[in-house]
Amino acid sequence: MHGVWQRRLMLTLLLAPALLWLFALIVLPHVDLALLSFRERTAPREYQAGLAQYRTFFTEPLYWHVFVRTAIMSMLATALTLVIAFPIAWVITKVARGRASSLLFVVCLIPFWVSETVRALGWLILLRESGVLPVLLAKFGLTAVPVELLYHDTTILTGLVYTSLLFMVVPLVSSLESLDDSLIEAAYDLGANGLSILRRIVIPHAAPGITAGCIVVFMLTLGNYLTPNLLGGKNSQWFTELIYTQFIVRFNWEQGAAFGFLLLALSTAIVALGLRLSGQRFVDVMRRS
Amino acid sequence: MIASLHRSAWLRAATVLYVAAFLIFLFLPLVTVAVFAFNNAPYPAPPWRGFTFDWFVGNESSGRVGLFHDAELLGSIWTSVVVASWVTALSLAVGTANAFLMERFRFPGRQALSILMLTPLVIPGVILGISILSLMSRIAEFADAELGLDLDFLRPGLPLVVLGQFSYIATIATLMISARLKRFDRTLEEAALNLGASHAAVLRTITFPYLAPALIGSAAISFLMSFENFNTTLMLVGADPPLTVMMYGRMREGASPVLNAVSLFLMLASAALVMTLMSRGSRGAPARTGARSPN
Amino acid sequence: MSTAEPLTTADPLSAPDLGVVGLSKQFADHRAVDDLSFSVDRGSFFSILGPSGCGKTTLLRMIAGFTLPDGGNILIGGRSMQGVAPNRRPVNMVFQHLALFPMMNVGENVEFGLARRGVQRGECRRRADAMLQRVGLAGASHKRIDELSGGQRQRVAIARSLVLEPTLLLLDEPLGALDLKLREHMKIELKQLQASFGTTFVYITHDQSEALVLSDHVAVMNRGRFEQRGTPQELYYEPATAFVAGFVGANNHIVGRLTGVDGAIAEIETDAGWRVHARKSGTMTVGGSVEAFVRPEVVSVEREAALLPQDHVRYAGEVQSLLFDGANSAVLLTEERSHFNIRVALPQTGRLASLEVGERVSFSYDPRRAICFASDGAATSATGSSMPASSHG
Repeated sequence: MHGVWQRRLMLTLLLAPALLWLFALIVLPHVDLALLSFRERTAPREYQAGLAQYRTFFTEPLYWHVFVRTAIMSMLATALTLVIAFPIAWVITKVARGRASSLLFVVCLIPFWVSETVRALGWLILLRESGVLPVLLAKFGLTAVPVELLYHDTTILTGLVYTSLLFMVVPLVSSLESLDDSLIEAAYDLGANGLSILRRIVIPHAAPGITAGCIVVFMLTLGNYLTPNLLGGKNSQWFTELIYTQFIVRFNWEQGAAFGFLLLALSTAIVALGLRLSGQRFVDVMRRS
Repeated sequence: MIASLHRSAWLRAATVLYVAAFLIFLFLPLVTVAVFAFNNAPYPAPPWRGFTFDWFVGNESSGRVGLFHDAELLGSIWTSVVVASWVTALSLAVGTANAFLMERFRFPGRQALSILMLTPLVIPGVILGISILSLMSRIAEFADAELGLDLDFLRPGLPLVVLGQFSYIATIATLMISARLKRFDRTLEEAALNLGASHAAVLRTITFPYLAPALIGSAAISFLMSFENFNTTLMLVGADPPLTVMMYGRMREGASPVLNAVSLFLMLASAALVMTLMSRGSRGAPARTGARSPN
Repeated sequence: MSTAEPLTTADPLSAPDLGVVGLSKQFADHRAVDDLSFSVDRGSFFSILGPSGCGKTTLLRMIAGFTLPDGGNILIGGRSMQGVAPNRRPVNMVFQHLALFPMMNVGENVEFGLARRGVQRGECRRRADAMLQRVGLAGASHKRIDELSGGQRQRVAIARSLVLEPTLLLLDEPLGALDLKLREHMKIELKQLQASFGTTFVYITHDQSEALVLSDHVAVMNRGRFEQRGTPQELYYEPATAFVAGFVGANNHIVGRLTGVDGAIAEIETDAGWRVHARKSGTMTVGGSVEAFVRPEVVSVEREAALLPQDHVRYAGEVQSLLFDGANSAVLLTEERSHFNIRVALPQTGRLASLEVGERVSFSYDPRRAICFASDGAATSATGSSMPASSHG
């Protein structure tokens, strides 16, 4: 077939774009970001290595408070998304049949073909004080005057869950699809009830899908900027906003880089923890989702 | 077949209610956006003041600048199209090369490379943005100070936006194309060679036609994801913002129904794209991999 | 619809393990199970044999509780199963593809049902180990399912059900996925297991050899009804309908017109003018269309006509092809005048192994060992495919 020579040439030609992409746009920028975060400015245009940025993070309560808050809210949003998406994935794969099933699946995907900006706009119009829901609530006498539904933590969570649903539904559907119905019937036949089937059969089988969905959702939520910023306003206190402020508003790139690295470390740690807990491999999980 | 287990009436009712509530939750924001694009009022808020097309066709003379006369918005849509086209072309080219590289070659470090290729998906988009921003700016500064070169394209602006989006969209294109190439029956190529075709001819007449659905699918996904990207773009944007950043800016100033109009336009455009893809019969692939639009 | 009354009140000890009364199930425009009634005796091996789509799977799923019947009743151990959920029925099922839980090891699979009943952990383990030992898998409880061979999986599936000591074990073509060699082996193993446990087995299959080898009783099912119930011998030697004759065992299928009756023996003439004889089953009128079945092993073939029994009609034929299959070897002959192709078993002694294609031979058979039925049109189409070698020359 190919000569050894030709194959070498082909390999080189194909490796070049991959390496260029990964090194120029992923590896080197992150190395640079790391270096940036570890330098201190001693005088204008004078720098030395140091941990000043990280020290600032730990000594300034506002910063690590926002950091912890972002992490907890993201976990909460991930758990909520899982709880809301699971029944839908179950209905799509195991209850609805044929056309109804695929139709429901497509319908669930549709909103996510539209930009997150548009979806956030929808929530703004719905929830702000002069918006649709507060006006309706007041009209039906549930509240005396229209109340502000924006800028609450619940609002942020709602928006984050909404944005994340698709990334949970899709891996769940694909993992539940591969669950052979006869396994569930066999468990029933052996005397199991709904709860024990869920615990012993369905969840162990869907574990890879659940892990994949949770990892993706957590990561996207943690790194989200738009939804917390628009729905939470000044109260959002999302960590990505600190990064943006340092980089774009204050031009303190060193501090921004340190924040960026902390966020990346948190994201990686949680992803690794999730993989460890569910005994999954990164590559398999990413392929699956 | 769990449907075959006789479920009690209340469980069935609960299922229907849940699905209905879920669908309302999904579509309420979109429907709201669409409806208020036609409200005859200066703000997208109740009460309903009657139907109007002003927010599409209005111009200065009517006091309301509609979408079709809003040069700034139209300009940002065009910017998005240009950026998305670049990102799509780059992602498709690199994704195809990667697919062949990973599926057809064995070389030392292949495993490590395949993991590295997945990492862009687990890096938050904001961080992808700032890391590229900082590296490129430092290179530009270095070139300016030491070499006297003015590398303007490395400063925040559209070239950086394209690179930033490409950095993770390439992964998605790679995954989609690889998935299809993996399922390809290589005996087809061997049969073609056996029948006297050259390697180039085999690629042109057998392999690429087979890959076509994945190529079309990943082109559509890449375009859409680039068009809708916000987080990475926000960090890299220069003087001329793409549509999502422009909309974000306007929303912070206080929304005007013209944003609803442009949103409706976006919805229709996305719907048209999805319909086209589905009618091509490649429903499963693009719809599902649409899941992969993070950052 | 409710003819179930006498059985419900029966003494549970003397009641059959399975009673089915007037059971029906309709799917859209297709009647899967059509007013079916039967019972299965305690401790017996009962098979339901039928082509795919005959309704046997629906019947089994109704017994297990996965499909609700439209009408009729199912009694297990004398107890009506109306409104009893599948997880509360005293039946267990061995699924077609076994449905072993891949997320659990062998031991956990076997313990699963016991644990659901609230049996203590240690006791579960003890009983599961004892059961695994009985099926010849002692010490395998820590293995993963995918480490087992096909035969071992089969045994785990059976052990998982039998450990619950069900009144009835349902088996849904569990041998279908195995390769031929293993299938032959598992047939024997299954029969031995059933004998040693004494549990009532209800087995569905489309493979007549499985049904014949394994069962005490077989019901042949077609279009939602039982065509015949009986021992394997009865089905083979005394088929009640043309469908059964065609479906159970190999048979030459000869369609023709009744030209005369001599006592119990009917004379049939095919369209091509071949005249054959067979024992009459049921009523038939001279001139009406009938179908006769002649088993390959009933026919004798000789090079010399004189060697054939004196009192049977002899036919001349030509060897069309040789079907060598060891002890099951046969030869396909073309009857001289009508060009009808008939399959004939060769003597197991190998005496005629040297026959060659094109050779002229004589053959005959005892008409009392062949059988004929009046055609009802419907059954003929189903039997036509039962034995390709019996195509009409």
